Amino acid sequence: MAGIEVTALHKRYPDGTVAVDHVDLSIDDGELFVMLGPSGCGKTTTLRAIAGLERQTTGDIRIGDTLVNDLLPAERDIAMVFQFYALYPHLRTRDNLAFPLRAEGLPKAEVRERVAEAARLMRLDSLLDRRPRQLSGGEQQRVALARALVRRPRAFLMDEPLTNLDAELRADMRTEIKHLQGELGTTMVYVTHDQVEAMSLGHRIAILNKGRVEQIGTPLEVYNRPASLFCAAFIGSPPMNLIEVEVADGKLRSQGGLVLTPPPGLPRDRRLVAGVRPEALEVTEPGAQRSVPARVVSAEWLGDEIIYAIDHSGQRDVRVRMPPTVRFAADAPVGLRHTGGTPTVYDVHTEELVA
Amino acid sequence: MAVSVDEAVSTGPARDRTPPARRLGGRGRSALEVALLTVLAVVMLFPVLWMIETSIKENRDVYAVPAQFFGFTVTMDHFKDVFVGPDGGRSALSVAFLNSAVVAGVSTVLATVLGVPAAWAYSRLAVKARKDQLFFILSTRFMPPVVVVIPIFLMYRQVGLIDSKLGLILIYTAFNVPFTIWMMKGFVDEVPAEYEDAAMLDGYTRLQAFWRFTLPLLVPGIAATAVFALIFSWNEFVFAIFLTSSDSVRTAPPAIAGLIGGTTTDWGLVAAASVVFALPVLVFAYLVRKHLVAGVTLGAVRR
Ligand SMILES: Nc1ncnc2c1ncn2[C@@H]1O[C@H](COP(=O)(O)OP(=O)(O)O)[C@@H](O)[C@H]1O
Ligand SMILES: [Mg+2]
Repeated sequence: MAGIEVTALHKRYPDGTVAVDHVDLSIDDGELFVMLGPSGCGKTTTLRAIAGLERQTTGDIRIGDTLVNDLLPAERDIAMVFQFYALYPHLRTRDNLAFPLRAEGLPKAEVRERVAEAARLMRLDSLLDRRPRQLSGGEQQRVALARALVRRPRAFLMDEPLTNLDAELRADMRTEIKHLQGELGTTMVYVTHDQVEAMSLGHRIAILNKGRVEQIGTPLEVYNRPASLFCAAFIGSPPMNLIEVEVADGKLRSQGGLVLTPPPGLPRDRRLVAGVRPEALEVTEPGAQRSVPARVVSAEWLGDEIIYAIDHSGQRDVRVRMPPTVRFAADAPVGLRHTGGTPTVYDVHTEELVA
Repeated sequence: MAVSVDEAVSTGPARDRTPPARRLGGRGRSALEVALLTVLAVVMLFPVLWMIETSIKENRDVYAVPAQFFGFTVTMDHFKDVFVGPDGGRSALSVAFLNSAVVAGVSTVLATVLGVPAAWAYSRLAVKARKDQLFFILSTRFMPPVVVVIPIFLMYRQVGLIDSKLGLILIYTAFNVPFTIWMMKGFVDEVPAEYEDAAMLDGYTRLQAFWRFTLPLLVPGIAATAVFALIFSWNEFVFAIFLTSSDSVRTAPPAIAGLIGGTTTDWGLVAAASVVFALPVLVFAYLVRKHLVAGVTLGAVRR
């Protein structure tokens, strides 16, 4: 087992595409580290560079204490699970699992033992004699995971391993992966574009955008204090409301008159945006105390909650999360009230957190 | 062509069986389809049938007027003449067939051995100016053989490759390699690169990964490509007639063509030689027909 250190990674493909602009990551030994970002932001490229399947243009990669820049994939002692599982189609599950071990030249008895152990861990015992095409997507995924762990590598790399599964199975597998990683204590780098997956799995999350790291933090940090407007808009479902505000009389004031407590150390004379989570707002009867006039645009009833889209002085998409017991009709005049603590504040131009 | 008209008319009743009052869709249309397909089949197959008939007719029946479709005396003499010479030894034609087999076979193998790894490299590796290179490779096929045959002839004369099987093998390989690269690149693109990635992480080198995982999945594609290359080399006429002259080197197409002309033409022999010439390709294409149309991967690909 080992930590992974990525320093100033830059990758430019021969066709000129800069897939990774500048990435620094410091992944601890035994950590479940998630790389999160929209499609095309360079997650796969970063992961493939760590695996040695792609050579970075500049930058260093260390696994444990070893500088692995010039090592072949096979010499890096890591296992990777692909979005498309890449099980060898002509091999039965048993042989798919045994393959990496035979490549290492382990004695037969040990191969058999390790395959059995991995099969037990991933509950594959009944599937050992099937070929990949006789397996469902979820089963193929379990075989792919088993193949990764049978080698007992120093680290696992996972590239959107659950994307091809349906929602229910995905949730199950998520739990399973998290449990497995905890059990084995092996470093894991997990790539996804799904923020729910990232939040529920990661010890820490790195948010990538356009080949750069926007923020690294625990799920809680990333949720509570998004480091940039991009992160604010990416994390949370629905995401943070971004409301233009001005500083006046020691308060933050929106155009529609919503008043927020400013965080300390706000710069003056700059255009600012406040990030307010949907659960930090409240829809009230019109004219309720400390509320500002607003109007319901639409309501999404999700069973255990209602997400209101509120028109707040022309900004039509202010989202508010409310318990399902509070009902307002569409188009109804209502009040909008801030109930949470200090919001995060961003500079409109730099798009970064200022306080 | 009398027969094709006769046959076409004979499909009339099939159409008549469908009463005009019947609905226009469904069976009515399918009867029309059957009729059209029958006409098409007859037109397409008539020359082939005629060739086969001529090859088993005695020479006087070949020239009979009106032409005889049935009831002629069947003889295998022409086929015997294809293989056995007048002196009882091997005929020049049989030597030509052997030459054709050697030249087509070796050039196809060479083109495959060279073209498949090249296609893999163009598909998988970061090749500089890949598109330009591929276009260049394809562009070598833009020239019809007849345009380049004179320069090739002059060059071959300089290096002593005129009238040699090696010369034909080389030129056919040169023509088949671009085709093989282009066709195989499509097949390689279809095989997910992740198999090789996974194998490389499992401890194999890139070449081993290709050899052990991608290549087995490419077999149907290779079969299809090789059949096309084989057909090209087997049928090739222009280079063969310009670059070879002696009976011991000459391949079948110019040898068969050489039967025509002179004072009299033994049409029975021409037809028999043509049948023998057409058979291997038909048999081969039939054997790999599944691969010719089948997808390449063995399944398990869920993207
Ligand atoms: N082999 C390649 N050649 C050229 N460009 C590539 C290649 N692979 C990926 N890219 C480009 O690099 C960028 C990042 O890709 P990728 O790392 O796959 O993103 P992600 O996994 O985050 O979706 C994309 O714009 C993609 O089109
Ligand atoms: Mg990706």
